[in-house]
Amino acid sequence: MPTSSDTRWQCFMRNSTQREKNYTELNMASCSRTQVISLYRMLVKESKKFSSYNYRTYALRRVKDGFRENLHVDNPKTLDMLINQARENLAVIKRQVSIGHLYSAQRTVVEKEPHL
Amino acid sequence: MMNRTLSRKLLGSMCGISNPRLSFAQSAVNTVQREKELIKSRELEKDEPRPLYMDFQATTPMDPRVLDAMLPYQVNYYGNPHSRTHAYGWESESAMEKARKQVADLIGADPREIVFTSGATESNNMSIKGVARFYKAKKKHIVTTQTEHKCVLDSCRIMEAEGFDVTYLPVKNNGLIDLKQLEETIRPDTSLVSIMTVNNEIGVKQPIKEIGNSYYQHHSLNVYLRIFISSISIMFLISGHLCRSKNVFFHTDAAQAVGKIPINVNDWKVDLMSISGHKLYGPKGIGALYLRRRPRIRIEPLQSGGGQERGLRSGTVPTPLAVGLGAACEIAQQELEYDHKHVTVLANRLVQKIMAAIPDVVLNGDPDQRYPGCVNLSFAYVEGESLLMALKDVALSSGSACTSASLEPSYVLRAIGTDEDLAHSSIRFGIGRFTTEDEVDYTVEKCVQQVKRLREMSPLWEMVQEGIDIKSIKWTQH
Repeated sequence: MPTSSDTRWQCFMRNSTQREKNYTELNMASCSRTQVISLYRMLVKESKKFSSYNYRTYALRRVKDGFRENLHVDNPKTLDMLINQARENLAVIKRQVSIGHLYSAQRTVVEKEPHL
Repeated sequence: MMNRTLSRKLLGSMCGISNPRLSFAQSAVNTVQREKELIKSRELEKDEPRPLYMDFQATTPMDPRVLDAMLPYQVNYYGNPHSRTHAYGWESESAMEKARKQVADLIGADPREIVFTSGATESNNMSIKGVARFYKAKKKHIVTTQTEHKCVLDSCRIMEAEGFDVTYLPVKNNGLIDLKQLEETIRPDTSLVSIMTVNNEIGVKQPIKEIGNSYYQHHSLNVYLRIFISSISIMFLISGHLCRSKNVFFHTDAAQAVGKIPINVNDWKVDLMSISGHKLYGPKGIGALYLRRRPRIRIEPLQSGGGQERGLRSGTVPTPLAVGLGAACEIAQQELEYDHKHVTVLANRLVQKIMAAIPDVVLNGDPDQRYPGCVNLSFAYVEGESLLMALKDVALSSGSACTSASLEPSYVLRAIGTDEDLAHSSIRFGIGRFTTEDEVDYTVEKCVQQVKRLREMSPLWEMVQEGIDIKSIKWTQH
């Protein structure tokens, strides 16, 4: 028998992005949840800036799959380690994106719209 | 076009008849007479879109994380790792040792067993020439296969000229070697057996673990008897295998396999292993050689100098490249399963889509014992070169980069018994970490379209459609 809070919850779940739905787990502490979500958003935002098609698609795919496979991690130590790894990867991506812009080449055949 | 195709086929079949037993080393290397530039090389125009890269067996793009690890050592930490007197040397040396550990962890070895070289070609040369020359007083025989990389075959040819006996084992039709035949070929004076783990042209995975291990049960009695007899000497005979029980060293060229399939040198009982940096998303110009310490392999060094790398390979170790290789190995270890899954899915998609769309396509090599990322397909009644020219939007190759300049079909395909005409029409698709589904779909679509178009123009295809058996035709000369 669904209660009103359940329907509000379902409404929230339907309206948030697919990724956020996976993170709004009730047993996660709210500060790490927002940390993780913001890290994910930043990683995706930076990965989209790669000028090379292959690197861009790989980074986006790997970030998504990486967060998805660590979805159910509860242990706070592992969580900390994963968050640190994500931060390091974010720094790597930022640097490599700027290098890619310095030495950019033409688009590949499969790229449909001009890259931003 | 038609005359050229026919005359090429005639030439090809004639060559097959006149030189059937040319030693494989010679035929593989003897490409100088047949060199001909068929696909003109040209620079891309300014706004021309770049072709898709589907040639991951030739080389791989560097992973951004690897470049990120290398750059500090190119810019600021530029010391020589062998300088012992200042901080530049010390920090460079510690980076080099860290990289050595990363490489060793990937293959399950000890860091002291890794020697940095300039690539898998140098590692192969060091292993074959080094082992053969060191033990040449008593051992004069080397065993290898017909499908090895050219550097191995050429080194063996040089060894033949120096007075060694080399046996080139044939492979079965699926590309794998016959273990019984290998056991029969090993003689008391064999010093080295060299078999590559994953072939670079057809992607076939040899049963390295079986070669190393399967004789343990048969020969363990011999091994323990020898321990008992030679109890005075401190020999670590923890494991024995065919090769070791007969004192034969086992070398494998794992350039295409490292970082793509799980490797453990102790499980596999290999004594020497060649690693190439630019095949696992690392920098070009670096590789490594694994040399077992227990029991110790001795090799005669190829490169003399200041005694770096334990005297086995003198010369300054290029720290940025070594750091890149180490980072690439660490990333490969973490991403091995993920990449393998991704590559398998894409490879299956490619093969199934092509085979569903057009008939008369043959997958070269064993369908199960293979690395999925290397797909070698033969399209019957189509010329390989013309298909490559038509597929100019996709970077592909037919056969390996070493043989692509010559007219002859690849010696690997000939060794697995492919017909001459199928061997001429083979294309190798390489799939790797960075390949996307869109790229595979584009490749499939273009490939199917071009094969259909080329077949329409081919007179052989017309004859097959009418039901004539090609093999029964008697070709006459005018």
